[in-house]
Amino acid sequence: MAQEEFESTYEVIGRDFTNAGRASTAIKETLKRLGVNPAVVRRVAIASYEAEMNLVMYALRGRILLKVSPQAVAIEVEDEGPGIDDVDLAMQEGYSTATPEMREMGFGAGMGLPNIKKNADEFEIASEVCKGTRLSIRVNQAA
Amino acid sequence: MAAQYHHSLRFTPDRCDGCMSCMRACPTAAVRVRNERALKLEDRCIDCGECIKVCHENAIVPLTDQMADLSKFECTVAIPSPALYAQFNEELSPAAILLALKRCGFDDVERLSPACDEVSMATEIFLSGYRGQYPLISAFCPTIVRLVQVKYPDLVNQLLPILSPREISARNAKERKSMETGLPPDRIGAVYITPCPAKIVAILEHPGMSRSYLDTAVSINDLFQTLAGAVSSVREPEAGMQCGETASGMSWAFLGGFPGSLPAENTLSVAGLRNVIRILDDVEKGRLQRYSFIECHACPEGCVGGCLTVENPYVARAKAIKLGQKLPAGPAVARQEVERRYREGRYVMDEPHASRPLRPLDEDISRAIIKMRERDRILSGLPGISCGACGAPSCRAFAEDVVLGEAKQGSCMFFLQRELAERIEDLARLVRLQKSLNGVRQ
Repeated sequence: MAQEEFESTYEVIGRDFTNAGRASTAIKETLKRLGVNPAVVRRVAIASYEAEMNLVMYALRGRILLKVSPQAVAIEVEDEGPGIDDVDLAMQEGYSTATPEMREMGFGAGMGLPNIKKNADEFEIASEVCKGTRLSIRVNQAA
Repeated sequence: MAAQYHHSLRFTPDRCDGCMSCMRACPTAAVRVRNERALKLEDRCIDCGECIKVCHENAIVPLTDQMADLSKFECTVAIPSPALYAQFNEELSPAAILLALKRCGFDDVERLSPACDEVSMATEIFLSGYRGQYPLISAFCPTIVRLVQVKYPDLVNQLLPILSPREISARNAKERKSMETGLPPDRIGAVYITPCPAKIVAILEHPGMSRSYLDTAVSINDLFQTLAGAVSSVREPEAGMQCGETASGMSWAFLGGFPGSLPAENTLSVAGLRNVIRILDDVEKGRLQRYSFIECHACPEGCVGGCLTVENPYVARAKAIKLGQKLPAGPAVARQEVERRYREGRYVMDEPHASRPLRPLDEDISRAIIKMRERDRILSGLPGISCGACGAPSCRAFAEDVVLGEAKQGSCMFFLQRELAERIEDLARLVRLQKSLNGVRQ
């Protein structure tokens, strides 16, 4: 039998703080309707929210692709934006390039990317300066 | 299969005119209108009462008790929500209202304020030793508890496991009356005078507790007329404002009141179900961890905004604040005494909060995925305006209903119109074809 998979795409606009967080809320709702284990839903919710906010804060625009199979939930985030100069540095806890206004909004603790990685079973990031960033994570569903 | 839920609202089809007001007001998409009658999806309903507020036909009945139902108890003790006092003129003392309650047929009354103070202190004690995930979510509003159980199952462990003031008050009342009368506590009826029907659910299901100390609830609006009559006939008691109720107890009736005793910088207060849903969405995404406690009320402005009250919530809140200024500040109990009782285990709930996640599209995830794809396919053909004419509150809910076999796609008038237009087109083509065939034959 063919592998069952559900896919959905969410467009996200940079600096659109009014709608920021909607994609991760929609992802969370979808996973619940699919009957994904609540602990997995929560890990994906945290990771996708952090990724969505990174996109909103730094990039021009981008999209989040959700893929659900009976084995795993995968999130792929692709943006057009400034990219990340030094990915290894960005992965360090506490490192942040957030502006004072982002910090005002409660972001910029330098926990975004580390938090995404912490909640994922597989994590990949690739970035090209002045072009954009591609992030993909996978959270396995308990067998 | 979904567990059997207790509910505190009954939809009466005979009175329903199918106007869809309740369907549009429901924050959890728990109402459908089929055959011009509203019906409730039991597993989605969290007993918030928004539907009662908008029903013009009185077709939604709260399952609170009437005074006549209380005759089954040998002795009854009324425990009024502080929201009751806010229904009257603030010149009137709680002592007069308590006296009037006895005239209405209750054998005795129990003040809620001491229990409110006990819970405030017990919460502080609990928070000081808590090492789990933040923020903790208040569990005093039964609708909030149900919302978390159903929609945020992974947050049940963050519900504050401290008994509510009404439970503690009921236990105190039963212990006191049992001593006074010699009756066993289970023959004493502890009756909450409630601003909302959700308390009935909390009594029947006692989440987090192996039992409820309350026996039933009578609504403020059912009691109001009789009580108002009794109030006008009692003379203002000498006790007046010094009657055991306190400002700290009154503050439990409205938003922001309870956490007054907790450090403000670590506390959030939210009221109104749609606002609470937004906050809990954020909590689930790992935000708001810097807050230690979130006070959540389903009703606007808190219990003063309950759907079974009579006064406007904002006026009631103003009255509650004014009354609070006249009452002793509180607390009505000594901290040492609460610490002692806390060590005896009298405040912490004796069972964990169970989660009751909404049934997914299918119990089998592979089949759920297929149904979700089908839902999205159907949804893409719908107008997306959520007009409600099909009897579902949104196009998305309708698409789900179709996938689950609970609605027919033809119930969407836009879908039907398109279908019919296509059929008419087909028919016209056939007619043209037939005519041309006739022409050949001739």
